[in-house]
This record gives sequence, C-alpha cells and structure tokens, in this order.
Amino acid sequence: MQLELTEEERAFRDELRDFFTTKVPEEIRDTVAAGRELTRDQMVESMQTLNAAGYAVPRWPVEWGGQDWTEVQHHIWHAEMERACVPTPLAFNAGMIGPVIAHFGTEEQKKGFLPKTANLDIWWSQGFSEPDAGSDLAGLRTSAVRDGDDWVVNGQKTWTTLGQYGDWIFTLVRTDPEAKKQAGISMLLIDMRSEGLEIRPIQLIDGGHEVNEVWFEDVRVPGDHLVGELNGGWAIAKFLLGNERVGVAPPGVVKRVIARIKALAADRFAHDPLLRARIAGLENELLALELTAMRVAANSVEGRPDPASSVLKLKGSELQQAVSELVLDLAGPGGSEEWERLAGPQYLNLRKASIYGGSNEVQRQIIARNILGL
Amino acid sequence: MDFLYDDEQDALRDAVKGLVGKAYGDYENRRRTVAPAEGGSDPGFDEKLWVRMAEMGLLGLPFAEEDGGVGAGPVEIGIVCQELGRVLAPEPYLTSVVLAGGLISACGTAEQRQELLGALSAGESVPAFAHNEPGRGWTPTADQVEASQDGDSWTISGVKEPVAHGARADVLVVSAKLPASDSAERGTGLFVVDGSDADRTGYATYDGTRTARVSFDATAATPLGEPGADLTSSISTVQDITRVMAANQALGAMQFLLPTTCDYLRSRKQFGVPLSSFQTLTFRAADMYVSLQLAHSMVDWATLVVARAANDGGDPAAVADAARRVSLQVSRSGRHIGQEAIQLHGGIAMTMEYSVGMYTAHLTALDHLLGDGGHHLRELAGAVTTYGALDPLG
Repeated sequence: MQLELTEEERAFRDELRDFFTTKVPEEIRDTVAAGRELTRDQMVESMQTLNAAGYAVPRWPVEWGGQDWTEVQHHIWHAEMERACVPTPLAFNAGMIGPVIAHFGTEEQKKGFLPKTANLDIWWSQGFSEPDAGSDLAGLRTSAVRDGDDWVVNGQKTWTTLGQYGDWIFTLVRTDPEAKKQAGISMLLIDMRSEGLEIRPIQLIDGGHEVNEVWFEDVRVPGDHLVGELNGGWAIAKFLLGNERVGVAPPGVVKRVIARIKALAADRFAHDPLLRARIAGLENELLALELTAMRVAANSVEGRPDPASSVLKLKGSELQQAVSELVLDLAGPGGSEEWERLAGPQYLNLRKASIYGGSNEVQRQIIARNILGL
Repeated sequence: MDFLYDDEQDALRDAVKGLVGKAYGDYENRRRTVAPAEGGSDPGFDEKLWVRMAEMGLLGLPFAEEDGGVGAGPVEIGIVCQELGRVLAPEPYLTSVVLAGGLISACGTAEQRQELLGALSAGESVPAFAHNEPGRGWTPTADQVEASQDGDSWTISGVKEPVAHGARADVLVVSAKLPASDSAERGTGLFVVDGSDADRTGYATYDGTRTARVSFDATAATPLGEPGADLTSSISTVQDITRVMAANQALGAMQFLLPTTCDYLRSRKQFGVPLSSFQTLTFRAADMYVSLQLAHSMVDWATLVVARAANDGGDPAAVADAARRVSLQVSRSGRHIGQEAIQLHGGIAMTMEYSVGMYTAHLTALDHLLGDGGHHLRELAGAVTTYGALDPLG
C-alpha cells in the first residue's frame, strides 16, 4: 500500500496536464467550466485533438488505438482531463460501442468502424431503451426480420441522448420472438440516414433538447452489420452496461463544480456556517467516492468492471444531485450572474442522474443480488 | 499509488486473526470476558491474551526497536486494529498501545521510552492516557487538572474522567495545565504517574469495556520529556493517529456486521419465506454496502496519509486533515450500518446474548472516543473555503 505516485507516474501526470491545458482550445474548456452546452463541433474538435495524441480511447486494445497503461495511469488520465475541464471523449463511442466492436466484432467491422469511432468521424447513438422497456431492458420489442441478406427493422427507441447529432446507432433488436426474452435479442449497427428512420426531439424539464425518440419503419440493415452472435445481444448489452456504470457520474466532475461554486459564492459561504457544513459534508463523501473509484479500478479484471462499480453509479449520482441542489440553494431566487440563472435548469436536468445508466434502484438490486447474495 | 497489501502484511493479518479469532470467534467468550466481577476491580479483558499479543510482537508494533518495539508502520497497526474490531476484542490496544504508548514514544526521553515502552511491548504494562475531563469535549489541552512545580519535583491535582482502562493501568500518562510562566499562555504538559498513587474508581461502559474516574491530589508526577514543555501539538498529532486507528477498528466491526446481517436475511423466515425475498430489506442492505465501501476507502487512504507522514518526517496538518475526514465518514457509516444491522435483524439484535447489538454499541463508543462526526464536520466546515478542490494524492 502506498499513496505516492512514482516518479514515472508524476512525469506522466505532468505530461497530460500540459497537454490538456495547452492543446485543447481554451474556449471549449471554458464552456465546460461554466456548465454550458457544448456544440457538436466542439465535441468533435476536442475528441480529435485527444485522438491525435492517443488520449481518446486508452481503454481500447492497443492495436485499435488503446494504451497499455496501468490502472493508475488510467486514473491520472481521467482525473487530469476533468481537472482541465476537457470534455471527456464521447461515451457512446469511447466507452460503449468501441469496446463492444473490439471485443465482439468481425475484422471487417473493426477495420471499418473503430478508427472512425475513435476519431469521432462517426457519432454513435445508443438504441437501447423503448417506451415499454426502461429498467426492464430485455422487454424490448423493436424487431428485426431477415429478408435475403438484410435485416428489416421496425419499432421505436427512446431517450436517445444527442441522437440529433448521430450518424450511426447501435441498436438492440428482437431477432427471435419465440425465445424467452433475453435469449432473442441481437445488436445491429444502423446508419441513421437510412430510409424509414426518423428522429423526433423530446423536450425535457430543463427546457433543453438532449434526448430523442428514434422511429424505425421498414429500415433495411445489411446482414454484416450484426455484432457478435445472432441472438447473442444480451451478453453484449451486459458487457456494455457494466462499462457504462463506471463512466457515469464521475467524482471529478462534481469535484470541479464544488471548487467553482466555492469561488463564485465565497461571500455567501463566509457568512453562513450551515452552507459551509453542507459543502464540507458533500466534499468529504465525494473524496470517499473518488478513493473508492481508485480501489475499484485496481480490482477490475481484464477490463471488466468490479461489481462494486454499482457503488460508483449509485453514490456518484446522489452526490451529483446533492451538489446541484446546493448550487440551487446558493443561487436563491436567481440573479444576474450566469451560474445563478443556470442553477435551476441544471438542478432539474440532473434528476436524470439517478434514472439513467441503470436506475439507482437497479444498482441496489445488483449490489443486493450479485455482491451480497440476497 | 496502490491499495494492495503485500505478503508480509497478509501474513500479519492471518496471524492476528488466528490469535484473536480463537479467543473471541465465539461471541460468548467476549461476553464472559467483559462481564463485571464482584467489586469492579476486574480488567475487562483477557490478561493472558494480552501477554500472547506481546509475544507475537503486536504490542511493540508501533515503537522503535531501540525502545523495545518492532518498528512497524501505520498500515501494520491498522491491520491489527481491524482484526481486533472484527471480533470485538476488549483488549486496550487502541487506548494503551496506540494512544498512551504513542504519547510516550513521541514525547518521552530516551530513558523513559526504553523503560515504559519496553515494558509495554513485553506485555508487562498497561498504560492509560488520563486526559478527558468531566464536561469537556474533545481537545488536545488540559484545563482542570493542573501541574505544580517545586524545584525539580512536580505534583498534579484535579479529576480526569473518563480514562479508558484507568483503574487497571499501572502507568498513567496524565495531561495537565502547566504552571504560569513568562510566556503568555499556559500550555499542556504530560506527566507519568504510578497508577496506584491515584484515587481511582473503575466501571464498565455501555460497550463492555472499562473506564475510570481518576483523581489526583498533589500527587507526585514525573514530567514526560522535557520538564515544563508545552506538548499540545504532540498530543494533538497522537490523537489524530489514534483517530485513524480507531477508524481501522471500526472498519473491522462494520465488516463483521454486514455479512452477518445478510446471513440472517437469508436464513430467517417470516410469512413462510426468507427475509431476503423482501426488496425493502435487501435494498437497505445494499445501502449498508455503499456505506461500508466509502468507509473502507477512507480508512485505507487516511492510514496511508499517516504512513507517508511517518516516512518523510511528518506533516501534522495533513495527518489532522486525514483524521478529520476519516472520522467523519466512519461516524456516518458506523451509525448507519450499526443502526440498520439491528433493525434488519429485529428483536434478536436487542439482546445481550446476540453479538450484533454489542457491535453497534462498540461502534458508538469508538465514535465518541476522540470526536464524533459532528465535531469533525465543524472543523472541516471552518476550513472549507480555504482551498478549491481536494486532491487525495496531494
């Protein structure tokens, strides 16, 4: 056991710190720091800057652009990126479909998709949830029926985050309506410009347009865009969702919000011991969570997350929400500054954090069943 | 940076587990050991086990080899505390070795260290730190017990309570307000007093361990270290290290409570089904798991902060900060896990014959040993605007 970074690790940290703060455009980092929405172009520019240096998809296999890093290096990479307000690489690409294609895909799929996925030349969307398949994802009904070499897809996906920017969508479809529900699911890669595919915006309670419905009406998908085994989609979904849990509600982002609000509302904290106690308590729990993330990362086997990663999602989202609530209370009835006006919408927006990425109730179920054996 | 134990540390854990697990693996043994005897002069722990702990080198673990100790680090001491906590061992490791011994090690002259720590490491002595004063909270200073100097001889007067294992202790390390001097403030000094020279009333606390009221009336006392020196900052740092080790002990207790509660949920049947078929109960167990993980991470981290300070000459401010942070988290987690363990068991955990309630009692006592969550939150809140973001590796 030791706390210190080795000399090599310190050098690595300094190198990344320098890169993130000098190579990623300041305008993009300022947008992140202020909690404003990034444009598609900003996301693409940022990820391509990272990718050119090999910092976009370090978790991937080395032959596809990944890095042969230790867990400590991965931790430093993530922490420094968040510290510098660099947008984290698009999760749908870097954290979800990339590892899936690298693990389950054919050589052709790897060659065709992975380089473009790492470079955000393709913007991926996630086609999982449906109106009747939320936490019970395996209840999905969107169907794919074989027609010659193609699949013909019909149905509806929902909660498709940033689908308005999407080029391709990785989609769970029912390929065997007779099998019991987990057994009849497959994953297809679908071009979002296909005929019969329609994207409809959903307005959320913060007033923003973050998610969408995606409708499929006789959408033809070439047969070689099936990922992995036919009817083997559930294993792929579990692989992907495990990775998603680790990436969602990262402590570093919440930590940055705390540091920022301390500076912005310094006078309010100075005069209010109750506010100071609230933020000190949240900050302490966040430290405990950050340390837990380091411990859990050290236990991950061959890139598969430790089951304790459910703790990260559950507690991380709770703290993220609690901090947004504190910021809301600091803003009070509102005011002239940007952060005060954004506090309400952000508080409302983050109610999603305990619902998506596997709701917190699903995480409790995972902990109770898979870890505690209940 | 890594959070993994090496082979030697694993071997130490196995050895401690073997020793104290054999003694207290059966909870009935612990219950018998702490049961008050007639007259109240019983030690409340197993004197023979104390000697065996000395033979294994555990009592001398924190102390330098030239003082009769083993010279091990905070990680090793933490391992011992975790294993003691896991079986609820009533031996006064935390208060006599880590706290009283830690003060002797930090403040004593070479001669005092060799004599007192040598005897402690050999299992021949049980020192106690007489510091708390009635009606005062957690502080590194003394107020109501005062020291007087007459030439080279010193005496102390006043009341200390509660003093953990104060009635059994052969050596008392007593904090006392120093006499007025040229400097503006009267500091706090430490004194060694023969246990039998004090007026002592021992009694059992709610977690079964022993404490005492100890009175001094112009009692002869030997200054620990340089006579008349203000030792407030040393006391503060040793208290901080003890806070971190108390958190290790609490972690062991929490690591017992969660699986014990889960076993019960699986085996106990009501309405014809196991309790584990009720999601309202399993979700609460899942929340206990989250609490345990957070506490575990903070305990590992704070122990490593103490280890780093021990290696590089020490940054007392970093140790103090880590002690506050781990104490706050363990206070929250300990209360949550302790309360829920009782609730999820139901009535059985209210009984003395079942271990779970007593684990919760011990977690509560540990929480109040050197400052509870509210105390530490107040300290942290006072400083919260003096920095931006926390860096656990910094």
